[in-house]
Amino acid sequence: MDFFKFFSREDVSSKDIAKERLRLILVHDRASVSPKFLEMIKSRLIDMISDYMEIDEDGLEVKLTRMDMEKDVAVPALVANIPIKKVKHLARI
Amino acid sequence: MGEVIVITSGKGGVGKTTTTANLGTGLALYGKKKVVMVDADIGLRNLDVVMGLENRIVYDLVDVANGMCRMKQALIKDKRFDNLYLMPAAQTKDKTAVTPEQMKKLCDDLKKDYDYILIDSPAGIERGFKNAIAGADKAIIVTTPEVSAVRDADRIVGLLEASGFEEPKLVINRLRPDMVKRGDMMDIDDMIDILAIELLGVVPEDEKIVVSTNRGEPAVADETSRAGKAYRNMVSRILGEDVPLMPMENFEPSFIDKLRMFFGLKVRTR
Repeated sequence: MDFFKFFSREDVSSKDIAKERLRLILVHDRASVSPKFLEMIKSRLIDMISDYMEIDEDGLEVKLTRMDMEKDVAVPALVANIPIKKVKHLARI
Repeated sequence: MGEVIVITSGKGGVGKTTTTANLGTGLALYGKKKVVMVDADIGLRNLDVVMGLENRIVYDLVDVANGMCRMKQALIKDKRFDNLYLMPAAQTKDKTAVTPEQMKKLCDDLKKDYDYILIDSPAGIERGFKNAIAGADKAIIVTTPEVSAVRDADRIVGLLEASGFEEPKLVINRLRPDMVKRGDMMDIDDMIDILAIELLGVVPEDEKIVVSTNRGEPAVADETSRAGKAYRNMVSRILGEDVPLMPMENFEPSFIDKLRMFFGLKVRTR
């Protein structure tokens, strides 16, 4: 059997590789279709966080990138960089 | 009042023109509907060739849109099939030769006289695509079982939804059941899951498509073609019948079928 395995190289069928690649590509494609989408997330984040902290809205950065989960496995990741100006008293309770 | 259906894909070479030709012919031949197929691929027209009507073009879509001729002068009647007409694209101009507004008007005019208006969209998502969908009521998206084609199909689904198309239907073209069996090709469910749209039909890879394109005779009229059978099923579904997907096994002709073919007898399509 090992002889045949040599030719097939991997246990994973090429169909599954195709499916997995496609899934990842589409997550990225679908999210990056409109910059509006990121703007929406951004404004919701500001709204939510502003209840607890004063944040630098101009310095706020939200982007969609890729992150390595394991070796050779990259997943799309939403990365937000939020500079804090001041933590509100409410949060210290 | 007729219905305008655009056949589109994003990626090129997945079979938009073949699908348009076969569905159009099928609707006229089996559905007894009055059908016009519009080639919206200005500058790279091919639907005329696939239909074997390339020698009969006098006027084209651009001439009609710009008022250079009357609609009737540009429409080519297919003499082999009752009620089937072709509106050819211009070959010497480009996609900007007509506007989406002109396409919409053309579709609205055709709707008055025809039951089905099938629009063969060019590849891409630019002006040609926008022209093709401008006057359409429904959309059919063609894809093949490849990562690149499905990715582009997904983009088209998004663009169609943004343009107000409610339920685009999917055609999976050139499926190879033997490769699916081996695990070397995505299967129907994989693609439906990923794209999350309704399936219109699945066309198996079939050498007869090449032969029929060589001859300029749509495979849908060929009773022995498996791809033709798939197109006939799709025609029935467009007409509102509930037809199950044909089994994708039995790809190889059986021994009995081979014998029948040897003696020149008609082979039934399964």
